[in-house]
Amino acid sequence: MSFEKFLFYVFAAILVFAAVMVITRKNPVHSALFLVLAFFNSAGLWMLAEAEFLAIALVLVYVGAVMVLFLFVVMMLDINIAELRAGFVRNAPVAILVAIAMVIELVIVVGPQRFGLDEVAAPAAKPAGYSNTEELGLALFTQHLYAFEIAAVILLVGIVAAIGLTMRRRPDTKSQDPSRQVTVKAKDRLRVIKMDAEEKA
Amino acid sequence: MEYNLASLQPALPEIFLLSAACLILVIDLFLTERTRLLTYGLSLAALAGAVALTLYAAGPEREILFHGSFVRDPMSDVLKIGLLLISLFAFVYAKDYLIELDILRGEYYVLGLFGVLGMLVMISANSFLTVYLGLELLALCLYALVAFHRDSGAGAEAAMKYFVLGALASGMLLYGISMVYGATGQLTFPEVAGVIAGGDADQTVLVFGLVFIVVGVSFKFGAVPFHMWVPDVYQGAPTSVTLFLGSAPKIAAFALTMRLLVDGMGSLVEQWQNMLIILAVLSMALGNVVAIAQSNVKRMLAYSTISHVGFIFLGLLAGTDKGYTAAMFYAITYALTAAGGFGVITMLCRKGFDAENLHDLKGLNDRSPWLAFMMLLIMFSMAGVPPTVGFFAKLFVLDAVISVDMVWLALVAVFFSIIGAFYYIRAVKMMYFDKPIDTAPLAASMDTQVMMSINGLAMLGFGLFPAALLGTCRAAFSG
Repeated sequence: MSFEKFLFYVFAAILVFAAVMVITRKNPVHSALFLVLAFFNSAGLWMLAEAEFLAIALVLVYVGAVMVLFLFVVMMLDINIAELRAGFVRNAPVAILVAIAMVIELVIVVGPQRFGLDEVAAPAAKPAGYSNTEELGLALFTQHLYAFEIAAVILLVGIVAAIGLTMRRRPDTKSQDPSRQVTVKAKDRLRVIKMDAEEKA
Repeated sequence: MEYNLASLQPALPEIFLLSAACLILVIDLFLTERTRLLTYGLSLAALAGAVALTLYAAGPEREILFHGSFVRDPMSDVLKIGLLLISLFAFVYAKDYLIELDILRGEYYVLGLFGVLGMLVMISANSFLTVYLGLELLALCLYALVAFHRDSGAGAEAAMKYFVLGALASGMLLYGISMVYGATGQLTFPEVAGVIAGGDADQTVLVFGLVFIVVGVSFKFGAVPFHMWVPDVYQGAPTSVTLFLGSAPKIAAFALTMRLLVDGMGSLVEQWQNMLIILAVLSMALGNVVAIAQSNVKRMLAYSTISHVGFIFLGLLAGTDKGYTAAMFYAITYALTAAGGFGVITMLCRKGFDAENLHDLKGLNDRSPWLAFMMLLIMFSMAGVPPTVGFFAKLFVLDAVISVDMVWLALVAVFFSIIGAFYYIRAVKMMYFDKPIDTAPLAASMDTQVMMSINGLAMLGFGLFPAALLGTCRAAFSG
């Protein structure tokens, strides 16, 4: 077994283990951390497939941004885990059955007899100095320009939708208005009152 | 390829609509509550401009752009014009409703325009990647629109259901696409079709992918057994959104099916034909039967949509140009009919009263004879009563099915349409023979009334002279 193959199995085994842990942990923070582990291992797999840019993007975007956000939300919200879990055991038999059926189908359809190395030859190794990022950029901005533009529009719609659905002026919110804060004068806030001295009661 | 104005001409409607939507988004920021209607006017102008540019770019030839990811052909021209015009109706009907509910905000029309753009992208898609991105663009706009009325709990619930099930459907579709890509190694439809026709692709993987694609498409169409979201979303969404959701996207869904199944996997027709037969029969049966039991008119129309989707599938599964023509005719006329049907319901709404029950239609003739007559035409068209257009749409579909020797399927379709006629005619009976419960005067602005009259009379007009529209649809497939 070559070293690369060995690495593949190591990454794959940890990936599957982490994925199982994600859905079986009671504590959502643990689940999220195992998901991070799963992402790191899939990034490793991509690295083995010479897709360096995707591997880095996965770590940067998913681990660095999405999962941090996710953890943030999990910690901020007070979620009753027991309530969420209630359906899990009840639905587990059906879910397991479906999962097993899916695995069998997958093995039949995308198993090694159809997509093995003798069916689909491995791509030739890239020469030294080959830049994955550059090639990807070229493809994105030439061949897939149209798709790239539509993806940009989708992001714009995401922004419009998020702002449109959440931003609203509520009369009871407390917010600071910096321009009013800096233009405030001492006499607006402080009133000096002349009064006679009080006698001790 | 070189990018200049001449080479980009086929994509002008999309480019124009995108620029217009972005411009309106910015202009809207500077508008106050009183001048908000400018956004509405500009959105209508954007749609009208896109229609003009579609006509300008139209032609009998097939043009491929952007490295094979975009196609402009006669079919896309017809569908785009139909789609843009029906969106125009949807935008006009929405205005009064939004004002009454006090939710007239610029984002409504901007999201609507982006949704229309997504549908245009789907219609003109020539690769799996484009079709998927167009679908997502449309879906994202629709999710946000369904949740647009933020004070409505039902709206939020509907949006959540729609979002989760829509994501599931996208996942299915994407999974199927990945299978087909794995089997053929190609993303653009003509190349995929070429590889499949060449017999080089692995048949098992291909059919497996096809199943997932058909499942994804039926989810988006709302065909039984993937219809669970339709009634809840139709009921929970603001009526103006239901109107938009239930009309124009049916044309886009037709285009999606045409592109994926016919352009991409036309030689697998025998496989998908059987799948579509099951979906069509189940949709017609369940849609028509369950609609009878509904007391909420939006829910009733949702089940009616499901049954009409069955009819569109019926035309598609014939697998002939005649069938595609009939299905296209059906999709366009149904979208127009649905727009009118929901349009009447939006016109019954007023401040603090959201008409959504069947008995809100009672005595409509006493309140507004003209509106009742329009609704009569629309209901008759949905039921398929001659001389309205719905009759001819059904006739052409049945004719196409019979000409491929599937008489039993035509009989099933007729049987369930007769059952379906019951609840449409019941609505007509309520309008004309029952006493009104609610006697508040119906006030609609001029533009809504004009559009509603055009919409209702179009049911009659296309019914009396179906040849013009049918000829246009036929020309789309003769090339």
